[in-house]
Amino acid sequence: MDLDSLYQEVILDHYKNPTHKKLSPTYSAQVHHVNPSCGDEITLNVTIESGLVKDVSWDGVGCSISQASTSIVADLMIGKEVDQAFQTVEAFSELMASKGTSVGDEDILEDGVALAGVSKFPARVKCALLGWLAFKDAALQSSDKQGEI
Amino acid sequence: MPNLILPFEIKKDFPIFSKIMRGGNRLVYLDSGATSQKPRQVLDAERDFYELHNAAVHRGAHLLAEEANEAYEGARQVVADFINADLSELVFTKSATESLNALSYSFGNSKPGSRFFLEPGDRIVVSELEHHANLIPWQQLAKRTGAELVWFEVTPEGRLDQSKLEELINEKTKIVAITHQSNVLGTIVPLENIVARTHEVGAVFVLDACQSAPHFAIDVKALDIDFLAFSGHKALGPTGVGILWGRTQYLNEMEPFLTGGSMIESVTMTDSTWAQAPKKFEAGVPNMAQAIGLAAALNYLTKLGMENIANHERELTKYALTKFSELRAVTVIGPKDVVDRGAVISFTVDKIHPHDVGQVLDQYGIAVRTGHHCAWPLMKKLGLVGTTRASFYIYNDESDVDALVDAIAGAQKYFKV
Repeated sequence: MDLDSLYQEVILDHYKNPTHKKLSPTYSAQVHHVNPSCGDEITLNVTIESGLVKDVSWDGVGCSISQASTSIVADLMIGKEVDQAFQTVEAFSELMASKGTSVGDEDILEDGVALAGVSKFPARVKCALLGWLAFKDAALQSSDKQGEI
Repeated sequence: MPNLILPFEIKKDFPIFSKIMRGGNRLVYLDSGATSQKPRQVLDAERDFYELHNAAVHRGAHLLAEEANEAYEGARQVVADFINADLSELVFTKSATESLNALSYSFGNSKPGSRFFLEPGDRIVVSELEHHANLIPWQQLAKRTGAELVWFEVTPEGRLDQSKLEELINEKTKIVAITHQSNVLGTIVPLENIVARTHEVGAVFVLDACQSAPHFAIDVKALDIDFLAFSGHKALGPTGVGILWGRTQYLNEMEPFLTGGSMIESVTMTDSTWAQAPKKFEAGVPNMAQAIGLAAALNYLTKLGMENIANHERELTKYALTKFSELRAVTVIGPKDVVDRGAVISFTVDKIHPHDVGQVLDQYGIAVRTGHHCAWPLMKKLGLVGTTRASFYIYNDESDVDALVDAIAGAQKYFKV
C-alpha cells in the first residue's frame, strides 16, 4: 500500500516516542511555528554556542508526520556546526520538493530519509517541513543575536 | 415516507464520480461542506454561455450583449426565487467571503447618522460557532471603529447557548452576525428568538447561510432576517460566485464597497453617484458564466426538491450517527441526534491525529476534511487540535457511510491503536 511509503516504522516510532520533546529552561532563541491550514503547532528552543548547536528541544501538537519530523530534526542537529546544520535543512527541503524521485542521502539526513515518501503527498510536505523550518528560523535568530554581541 | 432522492441515479449526472481514486477505489466524496461536486447541467450551462452568448453584461448594444444580459439577469431571478427574495435585493459577489466583507466594509464606510455607523460603545454580536469568514470581517470592523465584539458561547453539546440572549444583544448592539449551520458540528441555530431580539434593539441581523442554503429551503421573508450570504460552489454551482442578499431599504442606505464600472449613476472627475441596488454592489464585469452556472445548479436542486434533500440528508445522518456510536474509540463532536442538525459529522479517533485519519481514508478513495475547518476559536473552545469531518449531500448514500466506517476501523488497525 502507498501508505507504507508515507508511514515508515521509523516515523511511527518517533511519533510514539519523540526525542527532545521537553522545552529546555534556557535557550539562545525560541520560535513558535504553526501550519495555519491545519493547526499543527510547535515551540522550539535552540542553544547555539561558538557556532555549534549545543541543544534543540521542543513541544507541540500535530499529526504524526509533523511531530515525528520535529523529533528527527531535533536529534539530528544537536552537535552540528551551524553551517552544516543549515546545509542539512537545505538537503531535507530538496528531498521534500522531489515529488518522490529522491530517496535522500542517509549520511546527511540519517532518520530524515524515512520522510522521503512524504514528497509523494504534496498536502503533507508542509507537515514534514514544520520542525525543520522552525529549527532554521531559531538558529538564524540565535546567530543574529551572537552577531550583535 | 419513501426516500425521493436516489443518489445512485444522481451520481450519473456528476462526471467526477467515474474517477478512479488512490488504491483503485471509487470516489467516496464526503467533503461537500468544503465544496460540492458539479453536475453536467452546471458545466453545460457555463459552456453554453461561453460558446453561444458571451459578452459583457450591462453594456453594449449588440445581440450577444442582449443575450448575456438576459441570461445573467435570469440567473438573478433564479437565485432570488430560491431564497424567496425580491430581484432588486439580490447581489452577485465572487464568494460568500466577499459578501460578508462587502457588508462589513460598507458598514465601516457609513457616516454618522446612518443606522450602520459604528463608534466606541457600539456592539457587534457573533458566536463561537462562526467560520472565520463570518468572524474576522466583524472582528476587524470592531477594531477599525472601536466597537465592541461580543459572542454567543457554545455549550459542551455543541449548541448555541442562548441563555444570555438579552444581555448579549443589548441596546448598544448594531449588528448581529450568526451562522445558520455550523460547518464543523452541523449544529443548526434556531434563529427566531435571536432575530426577534435583534430587531427589538434596532440592530440588523446577518445570516451566514453557506452550510444551510445548499441543504434545506431558505425563505428570507419567513426568517425575517436583514442580510444573508452564501456561496455558489457549495450548492453544486461553480466557484467564483457568491450571493449577498439584503433588504432593499438597507441596500439603498448602504455605502458601496467596491467601486468602478457598472455601479455608478453618474461620474465626474471629482465625484460620483451610485446606481440603485443591486448594481451598486456589482462593480466591474461580473462573473457571468458562474452566475449562470449557479442558476443551473439551483434549478437542479429545486427539481429534486429542497424538502426531499433535507429528508434524505437527515436519514443519512441518522444512519451515520448510529454507525458511529458502534465504533470503538471514536467520538462524534457535536449534537448526537438529528434535531436541529445538518448532514455534517465531525469526529475524533483516539490516538490518531485527524490528518493521519484523513490520509488513511484517502487510501480507500474517501475524501474528508481534516483540521480546524476555518473555525479555530471553536476548536480551542472544545479543547481540540482538529477533527475529521464527513459531510453529506445528494449524491451520498448508506454505502458511503459504510465505506467510511470500515476505513476508520482500517486506520485503527494500520496505526495499531
